Amino acid sequence: MTQSNTILPPLTERSGVIRWLRKNLFGSWLDAILTIVGAFIIYWIVKELWTWVFTVAEWQVVATNLRLFMVGQYPLEQVWRLWIALAFIMFLTGNSLGIWARKSYFATILLLAFPVLLTLFPFGDEPRKWLIILTIVGVIGWGIGRTASEKLSRIVIIGWIISLPIFILLTRGFSPEDGIMPIVGTNLWGGLLLTFLLTVVGIIFSFPLGVLLALGRRSELPVIRLASVLYIELVRGVPLITVFFMAQLMLPLFLPPNITIDRVLRAMVAVTLFSAAYLAENVRGGLQAIPKGQFEAAHALGLNGLQTMYFIILPQALRLIIPILVGQFIAVFKDTALVAIVGLFDLVGIAKTVLAQPDFLGLQREVYVFISLIYWVLSYGMSYLSQQLEVKLGVGKR
Amino acid sequence: MRKTLWFMSMLIVVSLALAACGGGAPSGGGETVTVVETVIVEVTSSAPVVVAPTGFGVTLEAVKARGNLICGVNSQVPGFGYIDANGDFSGFDVDYCRALAAAIFGDASKVEFRPVTAAERFTALQSGEIDILSRNTTWSLVRDTELGGNFVHTTFYDGQGMMVPADSGITTLADLAGGTICVQTGTTTELNLADVMAAEGISYTPAVFEDADSTFAAYAENRCDAVTTDKSGLVSRRTVLADPSAHVILDVTMSREPLGPMVRHGDDQWFDIAQWTVFAMIVGEEFGITSANVDSIKTSATAPEVLRLLGNEGDMGLKLGLDNDWAYNIIKLVGNYEEVYNRNLGPDTPTYIPRGLNSLYTDGGLLYAPPVR
Repeated sequence: MTQSNTILPPLTERSGVIRWLRKNLFGSWLDAILTIVGAFIIYWIVKELWTWVFTVAEWQVVATNLRLFMVGQYPLEQVWRLWIALAFIMFLTGNSLGIWARKSYFATILLLAFPVLLTLFPFGDEPRKWLIILTIVGVIGWGIGRTASEKLSRIVIIGWIISLPIFILLTRGFSPEDGIMPIVGTNLWGGLLLTFLLTVVGIIFSFPLGVLLALGRRSELPVIRLASVLYIELVRGVPLITVFFMAQLMLPLFLPPNITIDRVLRAMVAVTLFSAAYLAENVRGGLQAIPKGQFEAAHALGLNGLQTMYFIILPQALRLIIPILVGQFIAVFKDTALVAIVGLFDLVGIAKTVLAQPDFLGLQREVYVFISLIYWVLSYGMSYLSQQLEVKLGVGKR
Repeated sequence: MRKTLWFMSMLIVVSLALAACGGGAPSGGGETVTVVETVIVEVTSSAPVVVAPTGFGVTLEAVKARGNLICGVNSQVPGFGYIDANGDFSGFDVDYCRALAAAIFGDASKVEFRPVTAAERFTALQSGEIDILSRNTTWSLVRDTELGGNFVHTTFYDGQGMMVPADSGITTLADLAGGTICVQTGTTTELNLADVMAAEGISYTPAVFEDADSTFAAYAENRCDAVTTDKSGLVSRRTVLADPSAHVILDVTMSREPLGPMVRHGDDQWFDIAQWTVFAMIVGEEFGITSANVDSIKTSATAPEVLRLLGNEGDMGLKLGLDNDWAYNIIKLVGNYEEVYNRNLGPDTPTYIPRGLNSLYTDGGLLYAPPVR
């Protein structure tokens, strides 16, 4: 402490429970009354919620239909493929945390222990076994990542890039009926699996499309600029649900009779095209925030237009709009719930059909609380990870 | 950096290719459909609508080539169409699809259920995405004509019903004399109620509400002695009451809501198959043939109509373009009308609806099938 340079705050602002309480909660008579009333309201809410969750609610509906919520009508004997796909992603997650987030112990432990935490819920033996395997795989990946060289990090990046194709390949299967991985039609994909795939495909494909549209809108070529403006304004001018209705109801009427496009694929394309228009405007906002000097400096270095964009402008612009991008991605995640209206069994769609089971009639609260919890955990997860990314990239500090 | 760019483009290409593969139809695909003709029909909005190929025998041929029946169903109506905890479709309308598959393939599982919403059901039928619509759809003139469909037969006679608390002792409309009835305003429900009560000379006080939610909320708060809407609606509304078993639906029907399967215009053979599937189930009930005793009846029966129905005599199935044991398969694999009804809407289910009009004509109901000859 001898070398300490910290400036101590004035005595009145120093810590101490009573001092803190007096300052923040009981500063005046009005504060005191508000604090007491507030505390009472919180107590009441928590107490009611506690009573409902642990004594009134009939969670049997969730426990019995857990498989429907997670994978929809996906054949039970093929679910192992999804676990394998998840294990692959878990391995990559562990790897990446080991390589790039060596100091974020809290995030690492949380992410790797998450599957094991889930075993606390009544999930049955088979899922429990897999959840424990997930954590083990994650920890192994982390261990390898920590001792990694530059070379490994490149392999991990490739792993992430092929993770979506692998996930879709494992989900869909490729062999005939009696083979090791028989094809599972998209009409059987449902629940969280469908929500997840719609979201991930929507995000991954709308991102490059959105960047291209944003660049197109700033292009000096009138045709490209006009086309981009037209696309962005047209798509932003209609609600997502009408895009879904167009894709699911109108499209079949216009197509020749013997051509059918898969319904899930139609929904994926609709999400992607819709999200791209919004992303384009977000990216354009980032592009406009880059000072003109950056362009001029790049030109002075002899970089051409493409190189300027790729090496100078986009890295800065995209870094700036991370919070907006994550907001957009969370919105995409939640917007996919609209496919329930056009008859696909995403998380919300499957919840509605579970509510029609004669054995569990009238349990709306339990079912909707459960899926809300799933939505919240995943949305907050995305938000938390983006904050970690921002800290790492120093957004807002430079 | 250049490498990353290359990887990104690879990712996009590979994913696109996979997504495109994922788009393929799961089993066999619909490409084998022989295009006979493309019919342009005028819809209400007078927009030209391309209708799936139709013509005598085309649908059956396409279904057989595909190897399964695609049936448009509801997935959110208790008792009629929903997904059970095993991930299988269940319900009254769903079992009809299974019966049709049994008639065609002799295998009730060769059916792909396509959940369709109220908004898209007619489009799905017109565009050929589904072979038949079996989704609690009310038969009406407009739907029978302009929407390009034919109603096969009424499989469930729905109608306006009345729900009362079980301990109220009310069993008929007359018991409601002088009582208060919750009803939604501005609907045919309200008018039907007034008509029926006036015709029977029963005085009552209507308690009218703007929407269905507040109507049933008022009933739940005991602000009225009874509540009225369509029977299947009463069943699903009852489920969200605090104690569903404390309420009963009276065995009276106050309006006509005939629900049944629907097929596309233009393929009379398909229409016949769909219709006689319903008839076979009704005739099965009339002669007491069930999935349990159909085998013994098939060997011991002497009644000529039963022999014709089960394929022992004549060639009824062949006339429909099916195998001769089509009706045997329906009853053996799915059951007769009574079995299907009781499985989904019977007294042992939480979605119990008294049979009422859905009884055989011999029991005072409306189920009446033409003779199998």
